[in-house]
Amino acid sequence: MIFMDGYLYYPGCTLKTKASDYEESAMAIMEALGKPLVEMDNWYCCGAVQSLTTDDLIHQIAPIRTMCCAQEQGEKVLVTLCDMCYNVLKQANQRMKDQPDDLDTMNDFLDEDPDYLGEVEVYHLFEILRDMKKEISKKVVKPLNNLKITPYYGCMLLRPTGIAIDDTEDPKIMEELLGQIGVDVIDNPKRTECCGSYHTVNRSDIVEKRVEDLVARAVEDGADAIALSCPLCQFNLDYHQRTTDYEIPIFYLTELIALAFGLEVGMKKHWVDPKKMLKEKNILK
Amino acid sequence: MPEEKEKKMIDIYVMGRRYKVPEGLTIMTALEYAGYKYVRGCGCRGGFCGACSTVYRNKEDYKLKMDLACQTAVEDGMFLVQLPFVPSVRTMYEVDEVNPEKDDNILLEHYPEIARCVSCNTCTKACPQDIEVMDYVQASLRGDIDRAASLSFDCIQCGLCSIRCPADIKHYHLAQEARRLKGKYIDTLSKQLKERVKELDDYVYDEKFKELVKMTKEEIKKVYDKREFQKGE
Amino acid sequence: MKVNPDHTFLEKVEELSGQSVNACIRCGTCSAGCPFVKEMDVLPERIFKKIVLGDKEGILEKNTMWICAACFTCSVRCPRDIDIAKIMEAVRQIVLRDNIDMIDISKIENIENLPQLAVVGCLRKETG
Repeated sequence: MIFMDGYLYYPGCTLKTKASDYEESAMAIMEALGKPLVEMDNWYCCGAVQSLTTDDLIHQIAPIRTMCCAQEQGEKVLVTLCDMCYNVLKQANQRMKDQPDDLDTMNDFLDEDPDYLGEVEVYHLFEILRDMKKEISKKVVKPLNNLKITPYYGCMLLRPTGIAIDDTEDPKIMEELLGQIGVDVIDNPKRTECCGSYHTVNRSDIVEKRVEDLVARAVEDGADAIALSCPLCQFNLDYHQRTTDYEIPIFYLTELIALAFGLEVGMKKHWVDPKKMLKEKNILK
Repeated sequence: MPEEKEKKMIDIYVMGRRYKVPEGLTIMTALEYAGYKYVRGCGCRGGFCGACSTVYRNKEDYKLKMDLACQTAVEDGMFLVQLPFVPSVRTMYEVDEVNPEKDDNILLEHYPEIARCVSCNTCTKACPQDIEVMDYVQASLRGDIDRAASLSFDCIQCGLCSIRCPADIKHYHLAQEARRLKGKYIDTLSKQLKERVKELDDYVYDEKFKELVKMTKEEIKKVYDKREFQKGE
Repeated sequence: MKVNPDHTFLEKVEELSGQSVNACIRCGTCSAGCPFVKEMDVLPERIFKKIVLGDKEGILEKNTMWICAACFTCSVRCPRDIDIAKIMEAVRQIVLRDNIDMIDISKIENIENLPQLAVVGCLRKETG
């Protein structure tokens, strides 16, 4: 590894604009933990959804090109923040490892680059944080004790089974991380249900029903806010609350960790402004 | 003409028909040698205007290649056709009304098909200007207008990228918008430009222009070689 | 049920998905866990029956595969280990490969506010 003290980081198409709050807070906490995220020199949009047919290799090109970029930088570990990027990169990479014929076809097509050897491993930031629980609790200067948060995983961290970062039906990774920063964790039985995903583009009615269902449960169970990590889930749960009777903040988990670390947290791109609630709870002044 | 007789003649195939042309000609002059007359698909003849797109395959090479006819030499056994126009519709917008600082999705709004990019790199391979076309499409998707504009700076709008794209992206229009937005909102205003425009308004260079008009070609070349791009450079 | 069977349809779906549609025992676990089932014209396990019968026309007029957002809930729960999301993808692909778009990309509302990954994902699943 080149970055003995950090991780090679793949942002994906949304982290520089709509999800910049996520990137900034994740960068800040990893810096504080002494394992900074170092953005790749070059990377390509993963495609957001994994192509699932046996013969459709053209949609595997972008993630594998990104793997080539990581390989070129001499790295074997690649970290993503976005759940969809994690899912697509991990599945595409796994396919290349499992099906050498596909890898050969891919390398033949990508003739302008050196062959991809299939040795890079894709990780989600939560997997890295899971192994740093001690370090995290040491860095907490403002435990978020009076905050009731319910975690929401969505789909892409847990399914399909082969790429799951935790148990597909009963994940605990977010609950444990929230526990490290002093949050009062509210159980969420709907935490692995889909938010409506890309239907937000042309079938927002479907997403609105999903969001109503998910947020209603969180509020009924007494949560002040929801924590998650997928920029698409964040947008859907945050933006589409306007059609519901609810108004609770939708945080990236990294924003809450950053608050507990006493770091500056922007929270500029939220639709439901979290600052109001955080002030009421005496977390922000 | 004795000079031409010494030149080796080679075979090229224009739209499937074989012609014998002298080695060393550009595709453009070879076509004229073969009797074709350009009505469209020919402009500056200097590699700058992007009008003379050519699609060809060489003997014993499976790759489909793209270039400018005025910049590419014919080769023996070349199969080629001219591509005088690439159908492509530009999105209309008012440059004063689209502010990338307030709206980071402008390029995706105007060209939503960039979300279909599969990073196949076919566009970059097609580009006769050696531009990293795929990279500027990717930069546009992630809202990096500055990078998209800088990467596409040498684009001459020939359209070869867009005729090859499996995602139906209109790369060159996208890139032009990126450059316009960069000029309008990202780059700082050039102080020199402001001063120069004022000088022109004040007729400071009228006498110099009159001198230029009277010069011979050789004298103008000398002046041109000694020119400065910016004052004090 | 009148069916105008297309005998190559089952074969094509199985080839594209890499899954055995015949392995389905119609237990309904997929439909029971699907968060979108209320929006679907036909339940997923009914789609499998139609695939086996070669009822291509009958499937393509339904919205089921377009409502499926590939959340993989059914795929991880199927007691017969059928990756159902892949079967839905295969049916989508059979339509999209005829150069058919299920969305008019020039008329996406609210695109200025949408995160890019939503648009990328949607166009991957709904344009040919």
